[in-house]
Formats: sequence, C-alpha cells, structure tokens
Amino acid sequence: MSTRMNSASTQFVPSRRMGIHEPIHQMAMWGDFKGLDTSPPMILEVEAKLDNQSEDTSHGIDGPSNKYDQEASKPADKVLRRLAQNREAARKSRLRKKAYVQQLENSKVRLIQLEQELDRARRQGLHVGGALDNSQLGYSGTTNPGIATFEMEYGRWVEEQNRQISDLKNALHSDIGDVELRLFVESGMRHYFDLFTMKATAARSDVFYLMSGMWKTAAERFFFWIGGFRPSELLKVLLPHLEPLSEQQRLDLCNLGQSCQQAEDALSQGMEKLHQIIAETIAARLLGDENYYQQIGAAYEKLDALVRFVGQADHLRQETLQQISRILTTRQAARGLLALGMYFQRLRDLSSHWSSHPREST
Amino acid sequence: MEKIVKLASENGILIFSKSTCCLCYAVQILFQELRVHPRVHEIDHDPEGKEIEKALMRMGCSGPVPAVFIGGKLVGSTNEVMSLHLSGSLIPLLKPYQASLS
Repeated sequence: MSTRMNSASTQFVPSRRMGIHEPIHQMAMWGDFKGLDTSPPMILEVEAKLDNQSEDTSHGIDGPSNKYDQEASKPADKVLRRLAQNREAARKSRLRKKAYVQQLENSKVRLIQLEQELDRARRQGLHVGGALDNSQLGYSGTTNPGIATFEMEYGRWVEEQNRQISDLKNALHSDIGDVELRLFVESGMRHYFDLFTMKATAARSDVFYLMSGMWKTAAERFFFWIGGFRPSELLKVLLPHLEPLSEQQRLDLCNLGQSCQQAEDALSQGMEKLHQIIAETIAARLLGDENYYQQIGAAYEKLDALVRFVGQADHLRQETLQQISRILTTRQAARGLLALGMYFQRLRDLSSHWSSHPREST
Repeated sequence: MEKIVKLASENGILIFSKSTCCLCYAVQILFQELRVHPRVHEIDHDPEGKEIEKALMRMGCSGPVPAVFIGGKLVGSTNEVMSLHLSGSLIPLLKPYQASLS
C-alpha cells in the first residue's frame, strides 16, 4: 500500500512580495494516491476523481455477489483471510481518502487567500482602467491605502477623460454655439486640475510612487518629467492643431513656450541638486554603527522637498493650461483640449498594444 | 519685520533662501536665465533666521522659502514667480535690474 500520501512536495513557491511567509507544502500530489497521473490537479477534477475512487474502493467490499459464489469453492480460511484483507484495505483507503480531502480543503482555503492577496497587489501595482499595461507587476506590494485610493481614482479619472473626449468630439462636429462650447472647455480644464489635486494627496502618501510613473502607461512614462507630462512639450503637440492663429496669438504662444521652457529648466536643475543632496545624505557616514536612525531620519526629511517639487511641476502644468486657454478663442481651446485628450489616448493605446503584442526578436 | 524691510529696500531683487532648499536654487537659476543677479539671503545662516522665517510666514509665504522681493515689494514664493513668468509679467518687473547685453 502506498504510504507516500504525506510526503511533502512543494508545488508552489509564492513571491515574497506578496507577503506570504510559508510555502504551501504538503500539498499532496494526485499521483501519491493510487499511483494515477501526476499532473497538477484542478480542484474540481480532483473532487470528481475522489468520487470515482470511493466507488472503486467500496466495490472491494460490496462487490457483485457472484464473486463470492466463485469463492465458495475455495478453502474457507482463504476466503476469510481474503475478506479480512479486503476490509482492511477498504479501511485504510477510507482513512487515506479522509486525510487527502482534509489536505485539499486546507489548500483550497490557502488558494483563496493567495488570490485575494494577488488581487490586492495587482490593484496597487497596475493601473486600473483603460490601459492594460500588464508588463510590470511593479510596485513593492506594501499596502498603502493612500496609493490604493489614488490608483482607483485615477482609473475613474481616465474613464471620465475618455467620455469627455468623445463628448467634445461630438460637440465640435455639431453646430453648438460658443457659450455651450465654453462649458465643455471649462469642465475639461477642471478635469485636469482635479488630477493635480489627486496627485498632491498621493504625493504625501508616497512621493516615490508618484514620481516613478507606475500609475501611468509605459509610453506616457517615456515622456515623463517630474511626475507628469512636460508642459512645453504639450504646447508643441498642440500648436499645429490650433491653426488658424492670429499673429498676436502666435506671438503669445511663442512667448509662453519660451517661458515654460525656462521654468522647466530651472526646476530640472533644482531636481538635480536635490538628487545630489539626498544621495549625499544617504551615503553619509555609512560605516558608523551609531546614529543609523538619525541618518535615515535626515534622508526622510529631504523627501519632503520631493513632494514640493512634484507640486511645483503640477503647478506649472496647470498654469500652462490656463495660459493657453486665455490666449485662444473658445473654439480653438476646444480643439486644443480635444487634440490633447487624443494625444494621451494614443499614448495609452500604444502602451496597451505594445504590452499585448510582444515583438519577436529578429 | 524691520530686517526684511531693510534688506528688501536695499536690493532690487532679493530672495530669502535656505542653503539646503533646492526650490530656492531653482528660482535662482531662473533669474540667472533671465539675466538678473538677485541678492540671496540664506536664513539658515542668519542668527535671526527663525524670526525671519516666522515673519515671512505671516506675510503669506508658506514655504517659507523661497520668498522673492522685487523693488522692495513681496512678489511671493515659487508659485507666484512661475505664474508671473508664464503670463509674461515677470520680465517687465525685472527689466530695470537686468544686466545689459554686451
């Protein structure tokens, strides 16, 4: 009789990132039981097989009566011994089955727990919403409620953004007047400002997360600058779609572009200095045992400066958008907002296509 | 606060800063790009630094640094400077103090 039922076979070693501290050992392989196929069991398959097994086992006891008729011709003690052996086999089989089912129950509970943790980790590490960028199960996996909230809200923000883009498209193709169109422009602008507010809150939760751009799609990350899009880049994207422009408008937009560029350069240089300072703070007195926590604390304080920088960059984005809308007519502003929305949509679609169609090496 | 008023009136462009403040550094870089050379007063190296800090906060500078004064008047912090620049209103303010082109 096989006694390999209780041998430990580690079938699944979960990632430490999911915060699980014990592997699921002692998950019995189906092959341990009656020597059947050893492929990893699906829970439903296993349960079906178990039902069959129990039937097979019971046949050993309550078998067809003609079996015993055949036995009647043999010596009685052999028959008795055979019957005893059968009873014993059936009893052992029932015990094994009981133990096996118990293990399965435990594994099932464990699996459900794992699924929940994976789901939670996914929701923090992946952007929920339009872009299906599954290429990175990124984020560290620690449960940060502020970031979990932000992820969720950002997902909704993108959905709302897509709705607004489509509404704006319809509005521009219809014959609505400027007054109504202005409402679309204003709600579009407000939607961007809402995002900056959300980001400010998230930055206080985890500024590294925000600056990593993990909450955005891959193509958007490529163009990232201090936690978001580069305002001067934006202007360049929009310009061709705003024509025809008056000379004054062209001049104003040109000056805006230049001021924007200068402000960005200043902030970029400030960021470089901050990099340096944080690096120096972390690297200071590495080999001394004392003051370890003081060193960590000092570095921690510098992170507040990062939060200010992200806020400053968002302020620049907001100001740029506002200036653009002041320079343009309502209709131009509406077209600009539509172009902007479609630009970001394209970046998101590109990312999603990219991650679901991996390029083969040539 | 007297010291603030005095410093502001003595210098065309004055920035209250801290030596470790990178946002202050960014504002300085911007002014350099615009061809002006502001006086930078580091309050962490000033014995009266704490009082200056409190006074600046009372005046509305939430940083409290950088705090920018032009022509003796408080312009504000980084937000205000950036907004002014994007709207094209900063350069006219700086004109009297810009280094002349050689």
